[in-house]
Amino acid sequence: MPGKTLYDKIWDSHLVATESDGTSLLYIDLHLIHEVTSPQAFAGLRAAGRAVRRPDLMLAVADHNTPTLKQDAGIAAVADGEARLQLETLDRNVAEAGVEYFPMGDVRNGIVHVVGPEQGRTQPGMTIVCGDSHTSTHGAFGALAFGIGTSEVEHVMATQTLRARKAKNMRVRFEGAPARGVYAKDYVLAMIGAIGMGGGTGHVIEYDGPAIRALSMEARMTVCNMSIEAGARAGLIAPDENTFRYLMGRAGAPKGGAWQEALLYWKTLHADPDCVWDAEHTIDVSSLAPQVTWGTNPGQVCGVDETIPSPDEYEEAIQRDTARRALAYMGLESGQKLEGLKIDRVFIGSCTNARIEDLRVVAEIVKGARVAAGVRALVVPGSGLVRAQAEEEELDRIFIDAGFEWREPGCSMCLGMNPDIAAPGERVASTSNRNFEGRQGRGARTHLMSPASAAAAALAGAITDVRGMQ
Amino acid sequence: MKPFTTLTAPAAPLPIANLDTDQIIPKQFLATVERTGLAKGLFYDLRFDEEGREKPDCPLNQSAFADAQILIAGANFGCGSSREHAPWALADFGIRALIAPSFADIFYNNCFNNGLLPIVLPQGAVDELMAEAKGANHVFVVDLAKQIVSAPSGKTFNFDIDPGRKRKLLEGLDDIGLSLKREEDIARFEDLRRIGAAWRR
Ligand code: SF4
Repeated sequence: MPGKTLYDKIWDSHLVATESDGTSLLYIDLHLIHEVTSPQAFAGLRAAGRAVRRPDLMLAVADHNTPTLKQDAGIAAVADGEARLQLETLDRNVAEAGVEYFPMGDVRNGIVHVVGPEQGRTQPGMTIVCGDSHTSTHGAFGALAFGIGTSEVEHVMATQTLRARKAKNMRVRFEGAPARGVYAKDYVLAMIGAIGMGGGTGHVIEYDGPAIRALSMEARMTVCNMSIEAGARAGLIAPDENTFRYLMGRAGAPKGGAWQEALLYWKTLHADPDCVWDAEHTIDVSSLAPQVTWGTNPGQVCGVDETIPSPDEYEEAIQRDTARRALAYMGLESGQKLEGLKIDRVFIGSCTNARIEDLRVVAEIVKGARVAAGVRALVVPGSGLVRAQAEEEELDRIFIDAGFEWREPGCSMCLGMNPDIAAPGERVASTSNRNFEGRQGRGARTHLMSPASAAAAALAGAITDVRGMQ
Repeated sequence: MKPFTTLTAPAAPLPIANLDTDQIIPKQFLATVERTGLAKGLFYDLRFDEEGREKPDCPLNQSAFADAQILIAGANFGCGSSREHAPWALADFGIRALIAPSFADIFYNNCFNNGLLPIVLPQGAVDELMAEAKGANHVFVVDLAKQIVSAPSGKTFNFDIDPGRKRKLLEGLDDIGLSLKREEDIARFEDLRRIGAAWRR
């Protein structure tokens, strides 16, 4: 028997039963919920007279459609009637079921994938699900974490298990040392560009290699976060000393003897040397330029110093069509340079890049400078705690002095369910994870990039090579 | 859940690859606490212009496809977010089966929990079906038990489907009910994994 991958190990240790048809019942250690994808699940349970089996293994936040201003005013002050109804419904549902909940305005509230790790609830070896595709973020801790639909949310609430089928194993090794100005976001964008937005479909990706080991936990979360943008079920990074140091002392992390016990177990969580990968890729980060997307999916990406490729360069007719459609939507032409392209808005935020390290990078670049005239720039911290930390370090002053709006935590412009959306035709430099048509507002043109590149774009009023600014 | 056995219905062609969930159901329709009523938002930006007027070139707005219950689309259908609003909106619109060269994982899985049948066929076959759907007669037959799609011309295509998922659709089974029968296994599993693992809740 060959050795096991990390995914194999976590899968095997959570297998409750396997049905005759091959479906497995997988035990779930942590179930995160938010206001948008849970109401129908609670309603379904109620209609069937079923209870939430393990409310103690759940954690709830309000993040997707919360406003990012005046959260203190409470839910009653949320202007959008439907958003208010979802928030009220979450309030009522979690109170009834006895689920731990950080409501809007609580300093511990924030984007679900920022909050889980921050609270130490995300731990190595766990299975974690949430009705949100970027649940893959938690894989940075060596947890098998993935997004599920609302019917599955209901299933997990009722049974603490999920019906699942095993995915294939893919390994992506990141080698080399990056140039200054190149970050984890650039690694993962380059990877999606290389393997394509469907390149990871049916697989769980395990990231490894010296460039991954050198990343902080926050940067690892950025990489795992975008696994889903390559179509992968989940992304994983084996835990190491970085992981343990990050977790130690956090509210939800084990303490004392239990910590020691957990540590012994966590150290077994890595791929065996003789395991077999169904697919393997290697990315050399030493030759990477800062990455910027030019199209309407995260795989349509190139270095900031490159020119937009021609649709004819793609082998398949569909990809050529997709690229043509994307260029038309984005108002761009092949052969055009990304650098120098005027932008209207900047969004620093989302579960991909709204943690304290991201904000520090941005602050370093914009300190003492001014956002270009005519550009509207937003910094939306990932959680209340990130916001508080930034304020303690007086990063908020730097942002405000530079002309950024300093907001309260939430998903905000990542998906534009709250009032933070871009107008048709507006070009956005965004640190989020999706550049789909209409994602940030109908007709809005999103360019995904790292926080450093977005900060540079804010100052220049155009897409810029941040390497020339640092 | 309504069982899915055979379906005889018009199919609408939507020859676009990577139709993501933001396009299937844009975010302004997500702020709901219901599973129904989402048809109005289905493919909103494809179907309507900025002023909310129907775009006549969108097949879903053409009278020929008014009763479509099958959708034929490009590769990687349903990529993007995990929102189950996507299959809910499709179902609410009356769609019961989807045919594409590939589907994104989460979306594919969500379909089966809502009585929708996603059919994967090779690109060449999808192209042929797409061409037929654009013809005068575009009534297709999907036979789940036999795993066959019959085009209006009479040409047939076999498709693969996992037996468990097939049974679930054929019998309209409720997953939760099935899994709750495993309650003893689940409880035993919980007890066993706490042994020597005080850190676990
Ligand atoms: S920040 Fe964006 S991607 Fe992340 S959870 Fe919120 S909406 Fe989803």
